[in-house]
Amino acid sequence: MKLKINGDEVQVPDALQSVTELLEHLKLNDQMIIAEVNEKIIQNEEQNNKQIKEDDRIELVRFVGGG
Amino acid sequence: MLHIGPYSFLSRLLLGTGKYTDFETQKKAVDASGSEILTFAVRRMNIYEAGQPNFLEMLDLKKYTLLPNTAGAKTAAEAVRIAKLAKASGLCDMVKVEVIGCAKTLLPDPVETLKATEELLKEGFIVLPYTSDDIVLARRLEELGSHAIMPAASPIGSGQGIINPLYLKFIIEQTQVPVIVDAGIGSPSDAMIAMELGADGVLLNTAVACAKDPVKMALAMKLAVEAGQLGFEAGRIPRKETATASSPIEGLSVK
Repeated sequence: MKLKINGDEVQVPDALQSVTELLEHLKLNDQMIIAEVNEKIIQNEEQNNKQIKEDDRIELVRFVGGG
Repeated sequence: MLHIGPYSFLSRLLLGTGKYTDFETQKKAVDASGSEILTFAVRRMNIYEAGQPNFLEMLDLKKYTLLPNTAGAKTAAEAVRIAKLAKASGLCDMVKVEVIGCAKTLLPDPVETLKATEELLKEGFIVLPYTSDDIVLARRLEELGSHAIMPAASPIGSGQGIINPLYLKFIIEQTQVPVIVDAGIGSPSDAMIAMELGADGVLLNTAVACAKDPVKMALAMKLAVEAGQLGFEAGRIPRKETATASSPIEGLSVK
């Protein structure tokens, strides 16, 4: 399955079904990551229910130091 | 106590979390500052570097109220999106609206700041807009329902201190919501002057993070904010142009 993640085209296994599974695949599941799928912000508690599919545009952001 | 929306804080020092050389120093500085509100930014994750450390992992988040900023936004729409991303974490509902309108001075775009503030208030955020020291704009932001006003002391990261105390005082005296002097603080005396002017709090980042000893500077800022607040509450004496002796004239033992 081809996804666009943070502007880059990324190939991931077709078996991935949800944002949570995508984060597990990317080994990011132990971090506080906020996801946006096709410009729709996903509440963190909804990541497991949010389905992903071919050609989805996904933004993954996190908190960094700032003033 | 500092009251912002539904929240109350003992500390009047808000600390930014950018620019530290390492997370250990940052954590120690945060501890030394006594700050209860920490600001941070929202940025894209590098998906190819799983396991990269994050400052949030070093901190006991239950101890702090997180104040994400919308830094990087140049329009109201961008600021609103960043704020919503931050809130989707489930960790915070406060936001520092920061819409930069000038790349050189990093001064805020007043029109976009106003628009973003209005939108985020409608969405139920606790909104603290970063603004210039313009009293008219500050009043407009207050009228919208902002939970605090955060005027700059001087340009972000400049360490210039308070370049226009008169204008800050106008805002402090003419608004009812908390005024938190944000940006440009360079030294503890700057923070103390802000508090002596009657500010409700001070937000700073670079002055601590880039000090020679950030942990010591964090403590100095904590003490300065506390001293400034006490001094403001105590009420300073009026300035006079003539001297007045502190020792009594009566009983002078001279012939």
